[in-house]
Amino acid sequence: METKIAAVSMRNISKTFGSVIANEKVNLDIYRGEILALLGENGSGKTTLLNMLSGIYFPDEGQIFINGKEEVIKSPKDALNLGIGMVHQHFKLIDVLSATENIILGLEGKLNIKEASAKIEEICKKYGFEVDPRQKVYDMSVSQKQTVEIVKVLYRGADILILDEPTAVLTPQEAEKLFNVLRKMRDDGKAIVIITHKMHEVESLSDRVAVLRDGRYIGSMATKDTNVTEMTNMMVGHAVTLNIDRPKPVNPKPRIEVQGLTVRSEEGILKLKDVSFTANSGEILGIAGISGCGQKELLEAIAGLQVTESGTINYVEDDGSKEMLIGKDPLRIAEMGVSLSFVPEDRLGMGLVGNMDITDNMMLRSFRRGPSPFTNRRYPKKLAEDVVKHLGVSTPGITTPVRRLSGGNVQKVLVGREIASAPTVLLTAYAVRGLDINSSYTIYEQINEQKKKGVAVIFVGEDLDVLVELCDRILVLCGGQVSGIVDARKTDKNQVGMMMTRVGGSEKHE
Amino acid sequence: MSEKKKEPFFHIVKRDALPWYSSLGIRIAAIVLALILCAIVTTITTGINPIQVFVSIIAGAFGTTRKTWITLQNTAILLLISLALTPAFKMKFWNIGGEGQVLMGGLASAACMICLGGKLPNAVLIACMVAASIAAGAAWGFIPAFFRAKWNTNETLSTLMMNYIATQLVAFFTIVWEVPKGSGKIGIINQNSNAGWLPQVFGSKYLLTILVAVIITIFMYIYLNYSKQGYEISVVGESENTAKYVGIKVPKIIIRTMVISGAICGLVGLLLVGGINHTVTTTIAGGQGFTAVLVSWMSKFNPLIMIFSSALIVFMDRGAGEISTAFGLNHSYSDILTGIILFFIIGCEFFISYRIQFRKKAEKEAK
Repeated sequence: METKIAAVSMRNISKTFGSVIANEKVNLDIYRGEILALLGENGSGKTTLLNMLSGIYFPDEGQIFINGKEEVIKSPKDALNLGIGMVHQHFKLIDVLSATENIILGLEGKLNIKEASAKIEEICKKYGFEVDPRQKVYDMSVSQKQTVEIVKVLYRGADILILDEPTAVLTPQEAEKLFNVLRKMRDDGKAIVIITHKMHEVESLSDRVAVLRDGRYIGSMATKDTNVTEMTNMMVGHAVTLNIDRPKPVNPKPRIEVQGLTVRSEEGILKLKDVSFTANSGEILGIAGISGCGQKELLEAIAGLQVTESGTINYVEDDGSKEMLIGKDPLRIAEMGVSLSFVPEDRLGMGLVGNMDITDNMMLRSFRRGPSPFTNRRYPKKLAEDVVKHLGVSTPGITTPVRRLSGGNVQKVLVGREIASAPTVLLTAYAVRGLDINSSYTIYEQINEQKKKGVAVIFVGEDLDVLVELCDRILVLCGGQVSGIVDARKTDKNQVGMMMTRVGGSEKHE
Repeated sequence: MSEKKKEPFFHIVKRDALPWYSSLGIRIAAIVLALILCAIVTTITTGINPIQVFVSIIAGAFGTTRKTWITLQNTAILLLISLALTPAFKMKFWNIGGEGQVLMGGLASAACMICLGGKLPNAVLIACMVAASIAAGAAWGFIPAFFRAKWNTNETLSTLMMNYIATQLVAFFTIVWEVPKGSGKIGIINQNSNAGWLPQVFGSKYLLTILVAVIITIFMYIYLNYSKQGYEISVVGESENTAKYVGIKVPKIIIRTMVISGAICGLVGLLLVGGINHTVTTTIAGGQGFTAVLVSWMSKFNPLIMIFSSALIVFMDRGAGEISTAFGLNHSYSDILTGIILFFIIGCEFFISYRIQFRKKAEKEAK
């Protein structure tokens, strides 16, 4: 490999944001015909580094060589002219346009949809994509949208492809399909970089891994010469154990009973259809499903934030008496004495206020306490200090606005606050989305801690490996319906994956 | 490896939060630069010694005791309207209707003075005026807030339109109450009896407005930063979803905040009609309902900074009148100067948030 000229080599790249060092003298080589996995914890500077390659940021220092020639990349357009294309974590597509229209959007020259469609079909055939060029984006599944994004950069002639956490939103089957395409592209001589937190993907897909830690380049090696433990240790900087604990449920009793729950969105689209289940105390109930299958609506319905069409949600007290939760807002539910904590999917959009500091965010749950018309920041301040200390939030101080914290730290602040109210029910949606291994394990520990205290935990997750390891039971949603409830100790991710795509889909598998 | 490519000449980098003294320094530098540019423009276009111009601007604002008092009083009025709008803006509710809310407050107190003057003891009359003007301003704030809370209508449009309704109402009542008939204006109300004229405080007719402004400034500072209601306003402004998530009733907060905002505007109407002008006209608010929007945002919703922002704007405006008479310059000339100063003050925010990094000359080539 040393004899090849690198498609991209970055030399001594540094980038700071204010006083925060995102990258410091990073050297990275990307070769053709190779899939490189870029690893690192949250906030280690992976995305920043690749954003500089794709022209979104400009490095403070350092040089970028493309095919051995030094280039200056000032804008995404410069990057595309050099054959660098990036597929972002959040899709940048226009819903009301078709696949073709999205792909050619912004290109110069005469508009010729027919010609473009032919070229798109050619690209699809070559690599095995399944895209209908005429299909509108709003009709597409998440994985189809992602395919359109990839075709978009290929159409523009990219031969150096960067994918930022492409599998975060895919089912295992869809991810496997994507990997096959990526392998084909590699064999075609393209250079591919992928950012991911899922180690088994790194092992099965990549040829080489490069590790960043705290903005610095730690090293790179061939994937076949390394293993998960070594890679993780390099990322974290010290040895870690990678086992998710699963204590036996203690004295489980029904806590939340959902019967025949049906929910429609404001546009009248059926989001949940006749969902029934029971969540027990001292138990983690996992919820699996392709994203957008009603997980959000289910949790919000329990939390009192979602208007429901029919069905009942009952909170069962220790003495067996039941309280109806439907039709009550979060304030009423709290006033009833039901201590319900909710870690929503959209942390800064719903759970926290980005522009407020950690103390004021801690106060969100407790600011009403007491008869005084004035707020008392003494308790929230102490809570903020405790959460920062016990969950290891890395922050300049408790007066830092939470939007300036990295994703993992934001999540720790939110989880810390929600757990602090000593809940009897804990709802979490994608609690570890975008978090690195170390932060993820901190969150798992916290959730297990709650389970041991007898809290009924409902854990909506996307990583099936984790769901199968952490939960006691898994409820699988498919298109808003319950596809089945399985014992997590007796199932595997393939069975759950099949159930996600087809209601009760397991029989075909077995 | 190959020839060294040129980096772009400069690029823009986001700064960390600056310590307060650096950002204050940048702001002072901006004002100094603005004054220098004003001086240059003055010399080139009019040939007048710029120092003289600055001297007469200061003389216009603080030249005599009376001028100083009027400058302070105008500052207090602008400050009060800015304070009134601030809770709404903090809630990300675009209250462009300060003008109308002030007018309605003024109209309500004028109505009390005209209809009840002489029929009630003066103290009772003034109490009625206070209640009526606050209620009228609050109602003008309530209507757009209710529509927004109930049907999610665009408050920028509805508050703006409410201004026109208020202007038309004042125009209508001007005809109803005009003195003498046919003059098209109301004239000084109760000129002989002084019924409903707000009392002088410590023998000064200017002090009442200033005193009210001081009280409301302190109240607003505490309300926004330390009260539960102020905290709710911040949460709703930052994210309605987060507010719902913690059980804050968003429609209730919107309506409550706009009622407060409108009520303080109504109070300003009372001060203008009952305390300062003793008459009501369609232009009594004088566009300050819009200037206050600028003051509120320029001060980043901090009531204490608003004192300085509104003082600066009133100072320039007062000075402007002076130079137009002293040098025979058009009144617009001072608007140009005010424009230059505002441009620099607002523009310097960029340098507080960002840093411009120039190409490093002696960069080593990586081998």
